[in-house]
Amino acid sequence: MMEKATITIDGRKIQARYGQTILQAAREHGIYIPVLCDHPALPPEGACRICLVEIERQRTLQPACTFPVSEGLVIYTHSPKVIEARKFSLELLLSDHPLDCMTCEATGNCLLQDLAYEYGVTGDRYQGEKHQYPIDASNPFIVVDRNKCILCRRCVRACAYINGVEAISVFYRGFNAYIGFGADSTMQDSPCEFCGSCVEVCPTGALWPKMAIGKGRPYQLQKVQTVCAYCGVGCQIELQVRNNRIVNVVGVENAPVNQGFTCVKGRFGNDFVHHPDRLTRPRVRKYLLEGGKREGKERGEWVEVDWDTALDLVSRKLVEIRDTYGSDSIGVLTSAKCTNEENYLMNKLARQLIGTNNIDHCARL
Amino acid sequence: MAGLATAFGSGAMSNSIEDVTQKAKVFFVIGSNTTEQHPIIGMKIRQAVRQRNALLIVADPRQIPLVDFATLHLQHKPGTDLALLNGLMHIILKNGWEDKEFIAERTEGFEEFKAVLEHYPPHVASEITGVSEDLLYEAAQLMATNKPMAAIWAMGITQHIKGVHNVLALANLQMLLGNIGIPGGGVNPLRGQNNVQGACDMGGLPNVYPAYQPVTSEEAAKKFSQAWGAPMSTKVGMTVTEMIPAAKAGHIKALYIMAEDPIMSDADTNHVRTCLEACEFIVLQEIFYTETAPYADVLLPGVSFAEKCGTFTNTERRIQLVRQALQPLGEARPDWQILTEVANRILTNPSGQRKVDTQAPYARWDYQHPSQIMEEINALAPSYAGVKYTRLERGETFQWPVLDENHPGTPILHVGKFARGLGKFSAVEYIPPAELPDENYPFILSTGRVLYHWHGGELTRRSQGLLEIYPKPLIEIHPEDAERIGLNGRRRVRVTSRRGSIEAEAWITDRVLPGMIYANFHFPEASANVLTHAALDPISKIPEFKVCAVRVEAVES
Repeated sequence: MMEKATITIDGRKIQARYGQTILQAAREHGIYIPVLCDHPALPPEGACRICLVEIERQRTLQPACTFPVSEGLVIYTHSPKVIEARKFSLELLLSDHPLDCMTCEATGNCLLQDLAYEYGVTGDRYQGEKHQYPIDASNPFIVVDRNKCILCRRCVRACAYINGVEAISVFYRGFNAYIGFGADSTMQDSPCEFCGSCVEVCPTGALWPKMAIGKGRPYQLQKVQTVCAYCGVGCQIELQVRNNRIVNVVGVENAPVNQGFTCVKGRFGNDFVHHPDRLTRPRVRKYLLEGGKREGKERGEWVEVDWDTALDLVSRKLVEIRDTYGSDSIGVLTSAKCTNEENYLMNKLARQLIGTNNIDHCARL
Repeated sequence: MAGLATAFGSGAMSNSIEDVTQKAKVFFVIGSNTTEQHPIIGMKIRQAVRQRNALLIVADPRQIPLVDFATLHLQHKPGTDLALLNGLMHIILKNGWEDKEFIAERTEGFEEFKAVLEHYPPHVASEITGVSEDLLYEAAQLMATNKPMAAIWAMGITQHIKGVHNVLALANLQMLLGNIGIPGGGVNPLRGQNNVQGACDMGGLPNVYPAYQPVTSEEAAKKFSQAWGAPMSTKVGMTVTEMIPAAKAGHIKALYIMAEDPIMSDADTNHVRTCLEACEFIVLQEIFYTETAPYADVLLPGVSFAEKCGTFTNTERRIQLVRQALQPLGEARPDWQILTEVANRILTNPSGQRKVDTQAPYARWDYQHPSQIMEEINALAPSYAGVKYTRLERGETFQWPVLDENHPGTPILHVGKFARGLGKFSAVEYIPPAELPDENYPFILSTGRVLYHWHGGELTRRSQGLLEIYPKPLIEIHPEDAERIGLNGRRRVRVTSRRGSIEAEAWITDRVLPGMIYANFHFPEASANVLTHAALDPISKIPEFKVCAVRVEAVES
């Protein structure tokens, strides 16, 4: 079998590989075909009909996301027939959609909105029955608004193919179909592990992180790529920040380890950063300020002090103890939570300035 | 780490996460609750099983979530890992399934090792571990007939008095099967904390300088004393598990603790409390008022990962850039700045008796940005020589050793040759855990973490959603035991060891074996470490968190 197939897309001849779909080949060559249900990290579904293309000698329009390439295909991605079909699909989707973009969390980050804009579809062409599902905000992390769900099944696939627990599925069929969890229960009563992969791939506002609600539009957020501080896997995450607060966290798509996905802690567990318990001023024990000695095991009252006072005291006491009892009377615990640079400095502090190898951290614990 | 260093000359995950999860035909996961503790790796193992029919052998005393995806589950008794591994290798050898070529060309010590395996025929291994002979045979055959196999483990292997021997046995297994230095194979200890690999790499250990240059080596001491302008001690220092008791004994007068919480994370909390109480001067550099804070004399407010720059090194030795997203809260300062300030004050203290030659090339502490610290690391730690901020900022990411500015990093260690030359088989015998159940303490307690919390719980108990979904400590107990102790209708238990007692809600579940309970150390009100035993592995000085003897009673709630 030939490895390569020559296909023509919008008059441009390209070399595609057998086994690829039209959409995959087009993507590889930078040719734009709009999608809604397709996601590069997930297997194709062929549910939404937005990627329909016209193929010569095919009786009907075909979904680019599932149609395999073969030698000599001639494909049109934006013919009048194709555009009309996409508009029709979008009109149908919007006929059962809240159209509350003014206040919807997903505005500016919604594929359905982008496509409606691209194709000039307003949603007033077909009038019909609309779903009125209650919003499920019963778990701490993810708000489920089925009224905004377009049944693309990205979440179903992410749960099965990325996480592997299969907590999400589609219940019933036709107009009665909706996404559900476990045995049609809530997320928290299903095998869901709250990794948020479903939120990551949801193209609309149907699955939304609770912590981000009302916290800002995408264009108001500063986005910073960094590395998660929980376990040793080293997932890259993007912190979305507004007014010096983390308002949302997403996975970094091209990250070598996690390719855009995270676990529950990495995505939803970073609000500790802003917890009111954060220490924000140095403190020292009162007896130290008074130049006295500690009586027994009681350390006494805390006093908040400025940095100079605290740092002077620490360095003076360390020097005093080092010079009185010897270098090995001091031990330092460095930290597996801190950076390489900080760990290097702690090792230098212990070995160069204190003169001891008494340095360790919680690797053993 | 000590184990792998003995066997191969280098103690770190040998293959990369992507390599292992995409290419292994068999995963042997032992002592790692991967989906809860390294969730993204756990997900990738599930993907491999579901999408490309990879085989999965889980060896764990508990029905961890990964068991649902496993081909075989070897539910051995806690602390019998070495008997299990030796038993499996006995079967492999008896059937001639070993990789004879690999053993001949790349290893030494095979004969002594082989002799020890004679002590572990299937009936003996089965008797010790509680795993049936049939299952042992099936597992050994599956391992031997499907190559490559990746061995993956975590603290379930190391937190025993014979933790180092357990690791040596895993190294033996992988050499026996020729699974070292090849894609999809290797020895893959999953490191716990985000930067535990980096903390080790940077010399945050009592026996080595950065990049594992031994403190006992005259050559290394000379190198660092010339670089830093001060005499270096060639005496191996104390581990955390030695330092803390030494505070009580009066040998340690001061502790400088950066972002660690020994009250939560160390074994035998009540003993740790008395040690810290006795210590003359404790500096704690932290972001919260932790359980350790009441024992400190000075509290220096550091910042979270979101408020500073730097690098973390993950479990597969990958160095990645941490970027600052927030201004430090209040007057808190990045930890590298605090250390720099303290160091400069020590350096210039006029009455200080330790002399430092500030003309030495790296004696000074003039850092304005973490990238300048990395330049110093480049010069002194050979495996980090090519780690440049300019490269990382361009989006490059690499696994050490990164030998120079153009070196691409090293995804797989031990290709063709081990760091120490030949791989060393070790003849290691099974020894029972230090504290086994008896009449007064009839249960085995094993400890660990859960998906929704992290270590001592300092961060996750302060995360609203995580606390809501897992709000209190739960103690896992088998239904048969629950019935036996009369837990019927009541849910609270009191668990008592020779060292202390806690009360918490019971979770009646067959995740644990009968006669065994499992508890976590996320909540100060009922931390498992009140109960745990500080019996140490003589080589790694790691406490035996995974096995101690306890009594369990139902209490009125």
